[in-house]
Amino acid sequence: MPDWLTYRLSDFLLFSPRTYFRMFELYHTQVWPIHLVVFGSIVAVVVLWRRKEEWRDRAIAGVLAAWWLWVAIAFHLQRYAAINWAGRYFAALFAIQALLLVWFGVIRPRLHFRLSRERAAYLAAGVLVIALVFEPLAGLFAGRSWRQMEMFGLTPDPTAIATLALLALSTARPHRGLIVIPAVWCAIGAATLWALESPEAWLVMFAGLAGSVLALRHDASIQAVA
Amino acid sequence: MLAQGRGQALTRRIPSSQEELPLVGLGSWITFNVGDDPVARAECAEVMRAFFASGGRLIDSSPMYGSSQSVIGDGVAKLAPSRLFSADKVWTGGSEGRAQIAETRRRWRVRNLDLVQIHNLVSWKEHLPLLLEMKAAKQIRYVGITTSEGRRHREIEQIMRSQPLDFVQVTYNVLDREVESRILPLARERGIGVIVNRPFRQGDLIRDVARHPLPGFAREIDASNWAQILLKFIVSHPAVTCAIPATSSVAHVRENMGASYGRLPDEQMRRRTIAYVEGL
Repeated sequence: MPDWLTYRLSDFLLFSPRTYFRMFELYHTQVWPIHLVVFGSIVAVVVLWRRKEEWRDRAIAGVLAAWWLWVAIAFHLQRYAAINWAGRYFAALFAIQALLLVWFGVIRPRLHFRLSRERAAYLAAGVLVIALVFEPLAGLFAGRSWRQMEMFGLTPDPTAIATLALLALSTARPHRGLIVIPAVWCAIGAATLWALESPEAWLVMFAGLAGSVLALRHDASIQAVA
Repeated sequence: MLAQGRGQALTRRIPSSQEELPLVGLGSWITFNVGDDPVARAECAEVMRAFFASGGRLIDSSPMYGSSQSVIGDGVAKLAPSRLFSADKVWTGGSEGRAQIAETRRRWRVRNLDLVQIHNLVSWKEHLPLLLEMKAAKQIRYVGITTSEGRRHREIEQIMRSQPLDFVQVTYNVLDREVESRILPLARERGIGVIVNRPFRQGDLIRDVARHPLPGFAREIDASNWAQILLKFIVSHPAVTCAIPATSSVAHVRENMGASYGRLPDEQMRRRTIAYVEGL
């Protein structure tokens, strides 16, 4: 049997569940009150969504890019890399995604965010609700403190899931390059939680898969409605 | 303290130097990788304090273990242990070994590392001449190679036969005994010390057996808990120099260190231990 086949998922885990979730707790304490900025940006996106200004789509893509860059630096590089040497590579991935969002969403805008009446759009909206609401709550249901919760804009899993959902809601077909990193991250995030024996692994796996499929299939019916 | 209450910890000689090492060391895989958490770092320093107070010396780490090296370094700075035996590894591409070892020494906050091993044989052909050169220059005292969970044993054997190693680190416990057939006899034949990792299968083994009562023969080997039974089984093999259980608990490190004291199982008792654990 090849050597690499003898490794299990847990062999790649470098830290204990306690260390991993304590990192979230310390992170939230240290970056407060950035949470208010995140809430503000979510409200701004909702308000923008209802308006028809020409720059609306660029602004939403810009907000998304900003939070990917924040997670790259503040989460992966400054915190996660301390317990996982791969953290610096994850930081690079998140920074690349931020650049892609700026390029395809702001500089050469190819994203047009709409909520159509198609079933796929409702499903994508459901995935977005998972990222913004259920993912943060999942930690509480798993028995952890609210101080250790995941949060869109600040931690990677809900940021990646929300991005996939927003890409699926774009009435213009998003560049497939925009889908790769969020989808890959959802796989990494789910695998990490699985190795930590945390039940949220299922949520990240399901939402990541659903978001990826919806963003990739992006059928013509959505575009027709636009 | 434990060490004072039971006399000296049992030791075994490093074959290449005859230096005495306590039979139980301290691993740091996962348990000491606590990042920048000040509470957890302080707890790890307390684990080290209890370890040294119980007669321990050898602490093992690797550049692969995240923040473990700097957490150990914090403990070294805080406790200033007089008898620390620092065992670390080189785990990088062939050309970066020297720089990585220098960084490891800086993180440990020690003047020189005692033992540097090649982690999982990564780039071993490039690293081994460097380690031997550093040993000759007295920048390190011992050289070794590592593997875990039974991987690449054939290659390990070839290196043990052909290279002047001081140590080899392998997985060995009451259920994982593959090394008994070739690696351990070869280590004795070649005068190579053996460090044993994963003595509790990363905690799985001890969680499994802890649901069952201690066997009656535990008293005959002066073991008062499962950790001591499992560790005494390992260190009673004459080829083993030191076992390195990892823990982040002061209570557990005291339990583990208890295996360094009292009687060790003889061959018949070792067979009874195997039969008992396999029968659970």
